[in-house]
Amino acid sequence: MYIELYEKRWMVLTGVALAVMFLAIVGSVFGAGIQVPGVYGQVNPARLPNTPPFDQPGVRQLGPGRYEATVIAHIWAYSPNEIRVPAGATVTFNLTSRDVIHGFRIEGTNVNTMVIPGQIARVTHTFKKPGTYLFLCHEYCGVGHQNMFGRVIVE
Amino acid sequence: MSQPERRLVAWFLYVAMLALSIGATLGPFQALEHAGINLYPYLAPFIRSYYQGLSIHGVFNVLVWTTFFISGFLTFATMSGLKHPLYSLKLGWITFWIMIAGIGLTGWALFSDNATVMFTSYPPLKAHPAYYLGLTLVVVGTWLVSANIFLTYRAWRRDHPTERTPLATFGALATFVMWDIASLGIAAEFLTLLIPASFGITQGTDPLLARAFFWFTGHPIVYFWLLPAYVSWYAMVPKQAGGKLFSDPLARLALVLFIPFSIPVGLHHQFTDPGISEAWKMVHAALTFVVFFPSALTAFTLLASLENAGRARGGRGWFGWFFKLRWDDPAVAAQVLAMLLFAAGGVSGIINASYDLNLMVHNTAWVPGHFHLTVGSGVTLTFMGISYWLIPYLTGRKLWSRRVALWQAWTWFAGMLLLGRGLHWLGLLGAPRRTMLGAAAYRALNPEWGLPSLLVGVGGGILAVSLYLYLVEMAATIWFSREPADIEVPEAEAVSGPEHAPFLLERWRVWIGAAVVLTAIGYVPTVVQLLAHFNPVASLRVW
Repeated sequence: MYIELYEKRWMVLTGVALAVMFLAIVGSVFGAGIQVPGVYGQVNPARLPNTPPFDQPGVRQLGPGRYEATVIAHIWAYSPNEIRVPAGATVTFNLTSRDVIHGFRIEGTNVNTMVIPGQIARVTHTFKKPGTYLFLCHEYCGVGHQNMFGRVIVE
Repeated sequence: MSQPERRLVAWFLYVAMLALSIGATLGPFQALEHAGINLYPYLAPFIRSYYQGLSIHGVFNVLVWTTFFISGFLTFATMSGLKHPLYSLKLGWITFWIMIAGIGLTGWALFSDNATVMFTSYPPLKAHPAYYLGLTLVVVGTWLVSANIFLTYRAWRRDHPTERTPLATFGALATFVMWDIASLGIAAEFLTLLIPASFGITQGTDPLLARAFFWFTGHPIVYFWLLPAYVSWYAMVPKQAGGKLFSDPLARLALVLFIPFSIPVGLHHQFTDPGISEAWKMVHAALTFVVFFPSALTAFTLLASLENAGRARGGRGWFGWFFKLRWDDPAVAAQVLAMLLFAAGGVSGIINASYDLNLMVHNTAWVPGHFHLTVGSGVTLTFMGISYWLIPYLTGRKLWSRRVALWQAWTWFAGMLLLGRGLHWLGLLGAPRRTMLGAAAYRALNPEWGLPSLLVGVGGGILAVSLYLYLVEMAATIWFSREPADIEVPEAEAVSGPEHAPFLLERWRVWIGAAVVLTAIGYVPTVVQLLAHFNPVASLRVW
């Protein structure tokens, strides 16, 4: 097959650019530690009141500066929808859904996960600056979807 | 091409346009809602909620408009490329009516507010069974369209054992080979999970497994929409623009690479799903970058071909050739503008595919920003450009008004630029997608969404004007145009011709085999793990 010189260069350049971008991703994962959700186990959404930790939604302190927030997403709210932690807290969110698929994204952070019934979602973030961080449902979950939000208040 | 064959192709295109007239009419209501103008109360007898309107907008534009246009256009490209009659006209009409029955069922479910589930089919949302059955019939229709095309090709091949397949036909074959494999995912989701659950035969279904099946098809489906546009860009536009295709072999290579590489990438839509391992997400991130390669190849070949055309028409200097293209021909103007918007959409797509960068934009308004530039512009504006010569060719009636068609192309371009810019911007600010943003409880807490929302509203308004220019242009051509059309099917010659293409590119078994192997690598471990942990939950209606 005949390939013109500029065309060859363009193909090589494309390959190199994609390889560099992919290496940058690998670097951000292993170097900067940016995590996408993985496998954290399953639950029965009909039995959440009897399933730890979802039987007691809310914030718990695990150690100095370390917190765990257990949140249930359901139409059309989060329980709890207000989470208070001190500045500098590292919070691990445990989430699941009681009914349909929801989303969970905290504005101004990298926290972004789907909340799928039957699956446990887990995501960790350190809140360095005080302030109010909104979290929103970003997956269509019925006619009240646009009302589903909550706050992380960092004091 | 015989009159009955022309009529069959034309009817597929007419139904496509009818679908667009329904789906796209609803678009501006969403855009204006974001900008603070809520017109849904006025639609109340027909459309009961923002979300019902959005569901109809999605299904009629992205599934019905594209699928009917593609079925007509690629059937046409096969016949005209091979200069061979369609294998079975009767099968063509049976297919057409099966698909009409399908959109009838789906349309009824949508308009009666029994399928306000968005177009993504994510259980446990439960639509009326008619919705799923209808979409299933449309997919079955695409399989029958492909059967007719493959049988036509086989009949031609018997008489022409050593010839290279004409490029347009080659593209049609590659599209349907890819699609027939890719659509198995949605078939598995509908037949084993959604239809039984919607009838109440099963108590519920596993939402994560359903998402995996859905995205098995849900990413390659974008190439099912895009490759027919590539067929036009490669095999026809260079001729219409007044030049030659730069390289026929590389056009074939790009088209054929989509068969193995477009399918094992779907997990990149599930980067933020819990329950799927990071390792397999990373594999799909890498493979998504690979499938960008044939599109980058396309960008080079098309630019080189357009430059060839512009220089042949007297263009000079680095960029002078660009202004010498046949900008007075709406078929050319629409498709070149579509390419420009598509290039921008391709770049935001790389960001979506970038594993952890995706965390910034996943499920935000960025995503509809991306696909309005790709499907909504790259594909749709190209199809509009194609119809400016193909409808006159099929009906024998000259295009009603060249000026209206040119205005239509430019207003679509301007509208999509504003809408695309607004949606991408909103996404970066964190505004969620598929959400009635103007009415959102947190709207007042995000005042910085104001300006980009305004861009979305203005863009949507311009697009509404453009849509009606298109529909008026088409209706007037079909019904009122009296002058006969004198149109040849554009077939671009190539600077480097098909004789340079290795015959390997036409050994379909090799490419199908590669697709099966790569797809198995990409999906078997994940699907096995999901099946081993099958966790059904009850279906619900939440609207």
